[in-house]
Amino acid sequence: MIQDLVVYAVFIGYAIGVLMTFGLVLTWVERKQAAVMSDRIGANRAYLRIPFTNVKLVWWGLFHGLADGIKMILKEDFKPRTYDWYAYAVAPWVAFTPVLLVFAVIPFGGTLEPARLIPPLADWFGDRTYPMQIARLDAGLLIVFAFGGMTIIGAMLAGWSSSNKFSLLGALRAGSQMISYELVMGLTVLGLVLIYGTVDLGDIVKQQSGIILGILPAWGVFLQPFAATLFMAAAIAENKRIPFDLPEAESELIAGYFTEYSAMKMGLFMFAEFIEIAIIGALFTTLFLGGYNLPFMNDAGFVFPGNHVVELPYVLVFVIQLVTFLVKVFLMCSFQILVRWSLPRFRYDQVLRFAWKFMLPLALANLTVTAVAVWLLRSVNA
Amino acid sequence: MNAPDRIANPVRPAFDTTLREDSVIVSIGPSHPATHGTIQIFTELDGEKVVRADLHCGYLHRGFEKECEDHTWHNLIPYVDRLNYCSALINDFAYCDAVEQMMGVAITPRCKYLRTLLAEYSRLADHLTCVAASLMELGAMTAFLYLVMLRDWIYEHLADLTGARVTYTYGRIGGLARDLPDGWLARLDEILVKYEEFIGRVHGLMDRNRIFIERTRDVGVITAADAIDWGYSGPMLRSTGVARDLRKDTPYLAYAELDFEVPVGIKGDNYDRYYVRMREMDESVHMIRQLMAMLPDGPVSVDDRRCTLPEKRLVYTEIESLINHFKLIMEGPQVPAGEIYVAHESANGELGFYLVSTGGGTPWKVHVRAPSFVHMGGAHKMLEGYQLADIIPTFGSINMIGGECDR
Repeated sequence: MIQDLVVYAVFIGYAIGVLMTFGLVLTWVERKQAAVMSDRIGANRAYLRIPFTNVKLVWWGLFHGLADGIKMILKEDFKPRTYDWYAYAVAPWVAFTPVLLVFAVIPFGGTLEPARLIPPLADWFGDRTYPMQIARLDAGLLIVFAFGGMTIIGAMLAGWSSSNKFSLLGALRAGSQMISYELVMGLTVLGLVLIYGTVDLGDIVKQQSGIILGILPAWGVFLQPFAATLFMAAAIAENKRIPFDLPEAESELIAGYFTEYSAMKMGLFMFAEFIEIAIIGALFTTLFLGGYNLPFMNDAGFVFPGNHVVELPYVLVFVIQLVTFLVKVFLMCSFQILVRWSLPRFRYDQVLRFAWKFMLPLALANLTVTAVAVWLLRSVNA
Repeated sequence: MNAPDRIANPVRPAFDTTLREDSVIVSIGPSHPATHGTIQIFTELDGEKVVRADLHCGYLHRGFEKECEDHTWHNLIPYVDRLNYCSALINDFAYCDAVEQMMGVAITPRCKYLRTLLAEYSRLADHLTCVAASLMELGAMTAFLYLVMLRDWIYEHLADLTGARVTYTYGRIGGLARDLPDGWLARLDEILVKYEEFIGRVHGLMDRNRIFIERTRDVGVITAADAIDWGYSGPMLRSTGVARDLRKDTPYLAYAELDFEVPVGIKGDNYDRYYVRMREMDESVHMIRQLMAMLPDGPVSVDDRRCTLPEKRLVYTEIESLINHFKLIMEGPQVPAGEIYVAHESANGELGFYLVSTGGGTPWKVHVRAPSFVHMGGAHKMLEGYQLADIIPTFGSINMIGGECDR
């Protein structure tokens, strides 16, 4: 029992550590990548000085995120005259917490076998094994959508309680936009659920280790390329980033629903956005890019096309899986930043029309085609 | 906050009650982060839709025209710089042209070509600023940075020539402040090559971008008839399809000798205004290249003691030049009595100077026909009926410059 507690405490620590690091580092990556895209140098000034020496750790400005965090905490916590102070104070947390919770069901590695990983503790752990995710729930994907949907409440509360017309407009935009894209996102994933026959994310990743058509890895992106594109677009809309950043369109609504927030309260909204970039990356990786596995890889090693089996030692597999997951998530984050710095912004009515008249029918068509295909294949096999 | 304690708002909008019960009045500005310059836009919103709009300019009023009456003709040059601060050189040259015509001074050939070249160069910088800002407001940050980077090279390049980045004070009555420094034209060549590279990237990012087209096509439409009725000029008028350009219609400086086209739009919407400006920049570059080949040698200022300062060497050695210098500085160039209206095609449209002199070193009246101010008159027409999100790009495409609008 106590062993389980230790393992899950480590998992939770790891997950929070990874998310916070992503949140901090992405603030820098976003600026640096944007700078590279537009032929500039970008953030390169913040550094850590080792105390009592003149050694400065500049590291290409990697510590800018840290400097931003400190600035946010130290700034004046401006309090607007609002009639609903409680809602105003609680809104940033309502926007921030669900984003973190989504990560609980995402598998970030294969199977942890403490006895094989740390031989001195073999006796204590016995033959216990743990799938590397905080909560192994058979309703995994449903949990993702349940918590993902809760962030709307944070944005709505913030806009409503700020008693500012711009905030209110931002909140209205956020509400209608996020609900629309939530629906599209759910429908795009249904195709995958039909194929894999489960909503357990751990299972979904395991099933992507196989081979389809003789040469391709059985990744979601090859099974459902259409759904993958739609999912990515809907996810960016869900996260309210350009081209879907109208709730906070800075040129129209100042900062949209968080106009009246300052210091760390505003920081929480920003931080939630950056962590959500990482979460979207993680979800996309899990659903469409084979999760923590390299192509053709499973917990035991590789099975290449033509049935070439390469077995790997457990520790190596463990490390490869952890690193692969992080690299894939990072690449997906980078892709989102690329989109954000390439495109202009939609208009409110266009975003809703895009969701209901374009993406929703496409998602439904994708689902129908998938359902028919799955049914045909099953009848042929049966 | 008690009502009696509040200072009455000096700005009275055209409406302070809503037409319908479920619409709301939102005041955008005068210090909204996205309004170019300080301007206040009262809007009545039905959800996101703009039912009515009322624009209030004048927050940047600094008494330019009145102040002019108390300074010598030469002293006004730094003031006119600050009208349209995105293309200060065009203001300089238009003002100097007006005064020179009153005095009957003919500028030297080198000055004529140089002024034309610099006016086109300024137009390039102005259009770059306007297009970049409009794109940024649509969220296209990378395109914005490409254009602004280009503009910054131009600013630095002009600083080499004039010593300032924005307000150059480079024109002089009867000529220019100084001749080109060594290597200036070579650097100009480099910048024009860079221009082609970067503008190509912006064309690639924006022109056929579906989101961009949806955001700008059929938004902020003004018909040719309306535009003429409101007195519009420049890219605003040309975007509606009217090919009116003072450089072609009433050629001044060296424009009669240049080969260039007047690009026009088809609908008068935001996309047309974007594209007309992009095309005009290409035409400007084309003209600059012609002018670089045409540029003759010779002095940049006329040798006329009524307006041009004598050589410093002579001021120190002979009494006549010293007195001449003293009189020009203290009393100003003597402009004969009369009045004149001279209009140049500035980046925003017809920039006219109406000057009245009663003889002597200071003007009796200076009036500026500022294109931005005229454009503001009909701007609400371009906002009403569209969405809240369209206000900012439409307003950006009008390119209202506070300095010349409010004066």
